[in-house]
Amino acid sequence: MSKYLKSFLLGTALTAATATTAFADGVELEVTHWWTSGGEAAAVSKFADAWNATGNTWVDGAIAGSGGTARPIIISRILGGDPMAATQLNHGRQAQELIEAGLLLDLTDVAEAGGWADIVNPSSLLDACTLEGKIYCVPVNIHSAQWIWLSHAAYEKAGLDVPADWNAFVASAGALEAAGTLPLAMGQQGWQQNIAFGAITLAVAGLDAWSAVNVDKNADVARGAEYTAAFEAVASARSLASESNVQDWNQATNMVITGQAGAQIMGDWAQGEFAVAKQVEGQDYSCLPGLGLNAVLDTGGDAFYFPVNESAEITAAQKELAAMLISPEAQVSFNLAKGSLPVRGDIDMSSANGCMQKGLGILADGGVLPSGDITFSQDTTLQIEDLMAQFWTSDMSAADAQAAYAQLIQDAD
Amino acid sequence: MMTVSSEPSVQHAKRPSRLFKNWMSKLASLPMILTALVVFVGGTAWTVTYSFTGSRMLPKTKWVGLDQYERLWETDRWIISIKNLAIYGSCSMILTLVLGFSLAACLDRKIRFESAFRSIFLYPFALSFVVTGLVWQWILNPNFGLQNVVRNWGWESFTFNPLNDPNTVIYGLLIAGLWQGTGLIMCIMLAGLRGIDEDIWKAAKVDGIGTVKTYVVVIIPMMRPIFITALVLIASGIIKLYDLVVAQTGGGPGLSSEVPAKYVIEYMFRAQNLGQGFAASTMMLCSVAIILIPWAYLEFGGRKRG
Repeated sequence: MSKYLKSFLLGTALTAATATTAFADGVELEVTHWWTSGGEAAAVSKFADAWNATGNTWVDGAIAGSGGTARPIIISRILGGDPMAATQLNHGRQAQELIEAGLLLDLTDVAEAGGWADIVNPSSLLDACTLEGKIYCVPVNIHSAQWIWLSHAAYEKAGLDVPADWNAFVASAGALEAAGTLPLAMGQQGWQQNIAFGAITLAVAGLDAWSAVNVDKNADVARGAEYTAAFEAVASARSLASESNVQDWNQATNMVITGQAGAQIMGDWAQGEFAVAKQVEGQDYSCLPGLGLNAVLDTGGDAFYFPVNESAEITAAQKELAAMLISPEAQVSFNLAKGSLPVRGDIDMSSANGCMQKGLGILADGGVLPSGDITFSQDTTLQIEDLMAQFWTSDMSAADAQAAYAQLIQDAD
Repeated sequence: MMTVSSEPSVQHAKRPSRLFKNWMSKLASLPMILTALVVFVGGTAWTVTYSFTGSRMLPKTKWVGLDQYERLWETDRWIISIKNLAIYGSCSMILTLVLGFSLAACLDRKIRFESAFRSIFLYPFALSFVVTGLVWQWILNPNFGLQNVVRNWGWESFTFNPLNDPNTVIYGLLIAGLWQGTGLIMCIMLAGLRGIDEDIWKAAKVDGIGTVKTYVVVIIPMMRPIFITALVLIASGIIKLYDLVVAQTGGGPGLSSEVPAKYVIEYMFRAQNLGQGFAASTMMLCSVAIILIPWAYLEFGGRKRG
C-alpha cells in the first residue's frame, strides 16, 4: 500500500513540478476560434507559433462548425463564468452586450502604446472595436463579400470572352445556358443569398443608395427607385441560378472550378477553394471586386476579444498577445495563409496573389464600406437573411421583396 | 429529518398527518420533485416571463408587452414553420400508426423469420436523427442517390428529387422520419397484439368474422391503451422535430423546411434575440397545451367519472 502511495505522491510531485516550470516560463492562454478548414487552420497556426516563440503557451480551442455554431458556445462560456483567455469573433455588434456587461477586457492602453489609431487601415475597423471611447478588440484581418468568381472553362465552352463586369455577365448568360452551363452557381442558404443580394445592390443601386440604407438605415431609400432596379436585378439573377441545387458555398464554388457553372457571387474566402484546386487567377478563373462595377469592398472580418480575468498575470499576458496579433510579422504570415487582407497598410504584401492585390489596391484607394456585422445587429441580419432565403427560392415578386426589405430596414437596429 | 417527522406525530398522536404518511418514500422522491418544480415549472415560468421583455443577448427586464408576439406572428418564417410542422405532424401521426400497426399485424400472423424482420424494422430506431438525416440526404440526392441509380438501370427520364423542390421537401423529411420511427411503434403494437387472448381469435373464427374485420372491430378497440402510448410517443417526436431538419436540409431550400424548434434556437442564439426566441417557445408550449389539456381531461377526468 505504502509503495503505491509513494509512487502516487511522486507522480503528483512530478506533475506539480512540471506545472510550476511551465508557469515560470510563461503563461498558458486558451484561445477559441472557428478556423477549422485547411487554409484557416494553417493560418491560425502562424499566430500560435508566434505566441509560443515568446515563451508562452497557446492552448488551441478550435470549435468546429461556422460562426453560427461557435458563437453561442463562446458567449455562453463567457457568461457562465468560465472564460477563455482570448476568442475570435467578428468585429462589430456581436460582442456589444458583453462589453456593456463589463465582461471584456479594455485594451485602450495597449492600443495607445502600439499606436493602433495610426496603423489600422481602414480606421473603421478600429471604430468597430470601440465603445464609448475605449477599445475592446484587436482586428486581425479583413474579409470582403462583394466578389464575383468567373470560370474560364465555362466561357471557353460557350465560345465567349470572360466578362469584365456584372452587366456583361448577365448579357452572356443566354450563351452559357445554350452551351449547357448553369450561368450562376448559388448555395441555397440565406446568408449566401444575402451576400449576393448585397453585392448586386451595391453594383446596381450605387454607393450612395447602399450607404443610405445600410449605414443610415433610411427606409425611404430602400423603397426608392434605385432599390427597385436592384431588386429587379436580383430577381433576374434568381432566374440565372434557378437550376442551382447545391446547399453549401464551397459546393457552389466547386461548380465554378469544374466549369459546370459560369460564376458565383461569394466573399474573398472563396479563393482558398481555387487555391486548393490548384487553379491560377487570370488563367483558370477571374475575380471581379464590386462585381466589376463599383470598386468598393466592405470590411468585415475577424477580431480577437479578451474576456476579463481575475489573475493579474493572465491579464498581462492577454495584453501581450493583443499587441502580438497586430504586429507586422504576425499580420503578414497570417493573412498570406488565410487569403484575407491585413488590417494595417504599412506592411509588405507583395507575395499575395492577383485577387488579393486587387483588394489591397482598393483598400489603399480608400474604397471601403462597413460590413453588415458592423452596421446591423445579429437580429436584423438574420431577418434579412430569412427574407433573402424566401425571395431566392420562391417566385416572390421583386416589389413584394422590396416592401418587406424596407420594413426590416425601418425596424432595424 | 427524523425530528421533523416525529414532531407532527406527537402533536396529532391520534390522527397522523397524511403528509407524513409513508414519509420515507416521499423523502426519496424529493430530489425529483424539486427538479421538476425548479427545472420544468420554474424554467417554463421564467421563459414565459422574459418573453414579454426586449432581452437581446442577455436577459433583461425591459418590458415590451406583447411586441415579441406581434413580431412573431408577422414573420413569414414562423408561419412557414408552423405550416410545415402541421403537414409533417399530421402525415407522420397517421402514417406511423397505420404502417406500425400493419407491420405488427403482418408479423403477428406467425410468419417465418419473425425475429429477423423485427430486428430489421427496429434497426433504424437505433440511429440518431442526425445520422438518419444525413443518410436520407444522400439517398435523395439526385446526383448520386436513388434518382441516379434508377437512371443507370435504364429509366432515363426518372425524376425523384424531393429535397431541392420547396413544395416537396417536407415529404422528403417525412420519409426519413417514418423510416426512423415506424419500427418502434411496430414493436409496441406487436407487444399489444401478443397480449390479446387467443380465445378472442377462436371466438371470432367460430362466429365467422374475417381476419381484417376482427382486427378493425375487435382487436383495435381492445388495444386502446397501446394506441395512446404510441400516440404520445409520436406526438412528442413531432413537436421536438429539429435535428432531422438540421442534418437533412438545414431548413432549405430557402425557408421551405423550417420548423418552430429551429426558429427558437436560431433567434435565441444566432440572432442573439432571447425575447423573440422565448416568445416562439411560449407559442410552442401553448400549442402543445391546447392539444394536450382537452385530451388529458377526456382521458383521465372521464375515467374517474366512469
